Amino acid sequence: MADLIALTPCAGLLPLAHGGVEMVEVLPARLMSVAPFAGQEAAVSAQLEAQIGAGLAPPNRRSGAVTWFGHGTWMIAGDVALAGAAVTDQSDAWAVVQVSGARAEDVLARLVPVDFRAQVFKTHHVAKTMLGHMAVTVIRTGPDSVEIMVMRSMARTLVHDLGVAMRAVALR
Amino acid sequence: MRLQAPEHTVDFTFDGRRIKGVLGEPVAAALLANGIKLVARSFKYHRPRGVMSAGSEEQNALVTLGRGAQAEPNVRATTLEVAAGLEVWSQNAWPSLRYDVMAVNDFVAPFLAAGFYYKTFMWPRSFWEKLYEPVIRRAAGLGALSGENNAETYEKAFAFCDVLVIGAGPAGLMAALTAARAGADVILADEDTAMGGRLLREHEQIDSRPAREWVAEVLAELDAMPNVRLMTRTTVTGAYDQGTYGALERVAGPRMPDKPVACFWRIVAKRAILCAGALERPIAFPNNDRPGIMIASAVRSYVNRWGVVPGKAVAVFGNNDDVYRTARDLVVAGVKVVAVIDSRDGEAVVTGNRDDVTLGGDYPVYMGAQVIGTKGRHALQSITIRHKGGTRTIKADCLAVSGGWNPTVHLTCHMNGRPTWNEEIASFVPTPDSVPGLVTAGACNGTFSTAGCLSEAAEVAAQVAGGLGLKPKVTVPAADDAAYSVTPLWAVPGKGRKWIDFQNDVHVKDIKLAAQENFRSVEHMKRYTTQGMAPDQGKSSNVVALAVLADATGRGIPETGTTTFRPPYVPVPIAAMGAGGQGKGFAPQRFTTSHQASVARGAPMIEAGLWYRPSYFPQRGETDWRASCDREVGYVRNAVGVCDVSTLGKIDIQGPDASALLDFVYTNKFSTLKVGRVRYGLMLREDGHVMDDGTTARLGETHFVMTTTTAAASQMMRHLAFVLQVLRPDLDATVISATEQWAQFAVAGPQARTLLNTVLDQEIDDKSWPFMACGAVRVGGVAGRLFRISFSGEHAYEIAVPARYGESLFRILVAQAEVLGGGPYGMEALNVLRIEKGFITHAEMHGRTTAYDLGMERMVSAQKDCIGKTAAARPGLLGAERQQLVGLRAKGSDHALTTGAHLFERAAAETRENSQGYVTSVCFSPTFGTYLALGFLENGRARHGEVIKLRDHLRGISEEVTVCDPVFFDPTGGRARG
Repeated sequence: MADLIALTPCAGLLPLAHGGVEMVEVLPARLMSVAPFAGQEAAVSAQLEAQIGAGLAPPNRRSGAVTWFGHGTWMIAGDVALAGAAVTDQSDAWAVVQVSGARAEDVLARLVPVDFRAQVFKTHHVAKTMLGHMAVTVIRTGPDSVEIMVMRSMARTLVHDLGVAMRAVALR
Repeated sequence: MRLQAPEHTVDFTFDGRRIKGVLGEPVAAALLANGIKLVARSFKYHRPRGVMSAGSEEQNALVTLGRGAQAEPNVRATTLEVAAGLEVWSQNAWPSLRYDVMAVNDFVAPFLAAGFYYKTFMWPRSFWEKLYEPVIRRAAGLGALSGENNAETYEKAFAFCDVLVIGAGPAGLMAALTAARAGADVILADEDTAMGGRLLREHEQIDSRPAREWVAEVLAELDAMPNVRLMTRTTVTGAYDQGTYGALERVAGPRMPDKPVACFWRIVAKRAILCAGALERPIAFPNNDRPGIMIASAVRSYVNRWGVVPGKAVAVFGNNDDVYRTARDLVVAGVKVVAVIDSRDGEAVVTGNRDDVTLGGDYPVYMGAQVIGTKGRHALQSITIRHKGGTRTIKADCLAVSGGWNPTVHLTCHMNGRPTWNEEIASFVPTPDSVPGLVTAGACNGTFSTAGCLSEAAEVAAQVAGGLGLKPKVTVPAADDAAYSVTPLWAVPGKGRKWIDFQNDVHVKDIKLAAQENFRSVEHMKRYTTQGMAPDQGKSSNVVALAVLADATGRGIPETGTTTFRPPYVPVPIAAMGAGGQGKGFAPQRFTTSHQASVARGAPMIEAGLWYRPSYFPQRGETDWRASCDREVGYVRNAVGVCDVSTLGKIDIQGPDASALLDFVYTNKFSTLKVGRVRYGLMLREDGHVMDDGTTARLGETHFVMTTTTAAASQMMRHLAFVLQVLRPDLDATVISATEQWAQFAVAGPQARTLLNTVLDQEIDDKSWPFMACGAVRVGGVAGRLFRISFSGEHAYEIAVPARYGESLFRILVAQAEVLGGGPYGMEALNVLRIEKGFITHAEMHGRTTAYDLGMERMVSAQKDCIGKTAAARPGLLGAERQQLVGLRAKGSDHALTTGAHLFERAAAETRENSQGYVTSVCFSPTFGTYLALGFLENGRARHGEVIKLRDHLRGISEEVTVCDPVFFDPTGGRARG
């Protein structure tokens, strides 16, 4: 019998701050991917609504703890038990960071080819896109903050790339 | 010479000499202010050259900035900003700019005309690469790269807007203001350090005030608007599809670590308004390239904006009214104007006044006159003119030349557009709708007066804003509205070299020679003479060159046409385009949870896909990797080894039709697999060749986990998504990657179960976990998964826990393994173990092998269809003629085998025709004490026991090997089951 010690995806890498932009690790207690089976979307949405207070969000949107995550897939921040959908534990699969500050948009503009202007990419908007060479999911969480999700194994590259951009923006 | 002594100066160096300049002014201005006229040597003839222009179109004053790794060649001194400590070096001269030995080229110039190299250095052919080209390259050229690695940072960035306004002269400012006031999101980009364009460089009035006041007011208003972004030092370099524009920003201020030198922007705009202005062109007259001969508008720029006077006695030569504007500005500044030479016909020598032009002083005006010669080796001393009364030599140290204006149409031509010839202004103007979403206004559209620029830009911007659904208001201030009158003068007749492309040393005769040799098309002429190539891309020379070509070929200018304008408009450093890609930035790095622990043990990490995996774990006393590898193989064969296999793809497959999906993609059946069991599967491509292999575990009736090879993980996800969306949309199943959720470790060897039972909450035995069993386990209360599978042929398991516990479990397993006489093993040992067992990897599934070739044709189920099944049965893919997977055994431990070697019959000549196969994997097997290999051999399965020849022509290796079954070790598989 062994006693295992848990480490977070960005252990030893964060927080990081330069020029008023801060990057911290976000640690959702649980992340479950949900992919409804054929014709089950409405039913799954209703179950989610009942269990965590938010149904399946439309494409490119987050609603409550439910984030659209690509074709027919949603990521739920929380524990759910659903019938009619493939539910897969992804709690350890994603490194999640929050980048915030007045110049957070300038930092992202160095790496992500997405129009982040406030009138276009509003709070709770979701983009599946690239950050440098990495596939990421970006969610606006507030006027000056976004959440970025990347595969756990790429956490170090994510922090490195964002760190370089943060320093470059700070030095301007 | 400066008009006024500056308040503050900073020191920089030019060729090591200390120069005082004003912070932020162009280096060219500082050099002129210090009386330095000779700044460069020309490309081919090494002729002395000086500053010619005051912008990014500069052809002569190219310099190298800095020394060593950071040295940046071919920087235009006209746009390089003066800063303290700047190190500026001249180029293409040796031993010094003033005494350049290669200037001998100039004296043999008659032999070096265009096309000279092609004609002269033809024979012998082999001399070209080894002798001629290197010698020519040394003799001609511009700046050179250091060849060292530059650690400076560059950056790329993205921007988005409703309206991109390119250029911030009168038209650009007016367009930006109109669009921004209407509420559009505006980006205004200008390549200068300050916005205002020619309004900063001319004496103009707007609303009865100096234009500069209007500029300041507009900029203050724009700056205060939240919907406007002002980008100075930013040159829009190209127009691309979907309203995307490339732009190079030279980042302001001193260079420092981590601060980018330049930023390459991709700007996506719903609409763009091009207000790029116009470039003044030179006139080709004999010896028109001496230092001190400048473009007239550049002379005004230096005088009016930087307070720098390029000469003490200035002559002005031109074919349009700008000659008088130039003379006026010089006189106002107190500079002596020795002559105005107006090539247009009119009254003979006039003094003081002409028509409506107000003159600020007295100087002779020569009408219908031309400059026919110049003197002065390192700086202009005198000019000779031909006028109606005869010829005359005039002492002058600066000659301001105006050959008329070329609208900057470049961006409108970046998507295959061609400009239209406008006879009235003797220039090309943009053809409307050449770039979707881009409109033009102002001088780049052929509208040259300030009033015209303002009203046209306001009108165009209002249309653009209206098109975006906004309601613009148009208010245009009053401004000067001088008419532009030009009478074309391209080349002055007479003897002597008349330079057209200063950067490439192309003169009028070269272009005539091109025409004479039948390179009459403008594109052919360009290649023959090199006119319009190099950093400036013919910005100033193109129109003059094709006018001369038109003359030489007896065609009109519109029929002659232009060469193709291609991006970028100004040189863009590769470092800026590829920013972020230096070193490891080339690709993301993927790290396993055991990475730190492996590195701490000194393991060299190798890349597999994007993952970093330990190659081997060296121990003290081991002198090479083989020693470590042999030891690690021994762990697994004799005790227990631990290896991180988290990098293998893990795809979660669920749904009522999950098993039907697997039956469709795998050759073998998975619908019959029992819950709690694992099966090895093979996948084919549509063409019947093997795509990937791996194990799939059935966790529930409708729940599977598929394992893919590390490198093929994303390819498999794509494949399964394609199958579900396109080939079998009738199947109700979902696939999602769970690779990163789990940290998974192989525990292999006779002591595997003993080790596992030290960490599992509940002990296992052979009955509860037989070979190919799988299921849930708990480790210290943590829910995990256990698979009894083996890639080594030993009694082995793979244990998975959520990734957060990965490092912890790895360290525990390794520590416990060491107690049992084992330890961690890396990729080298893993490879040896699988070769000994004849297990395949992508070295064998290399895309050209079938299940039959691999000896796995029995895995293609006869009871069902699968992808690739029909194609795999095509004639030629089955039979003795196929090269089949075999094992190859070397004679002994000192007979090394190599991958890539070819296989021959023992007595056959080792020629291509006789090759019967090749080697895909080799290893030294510590278990057998000899080299083993896997390979493909014609009719190989029927040839076990035969001795054949292995020949590696590249490495010079020749060995006799014995053909055998690919499963060298434990062919019955008893060890894995036991």
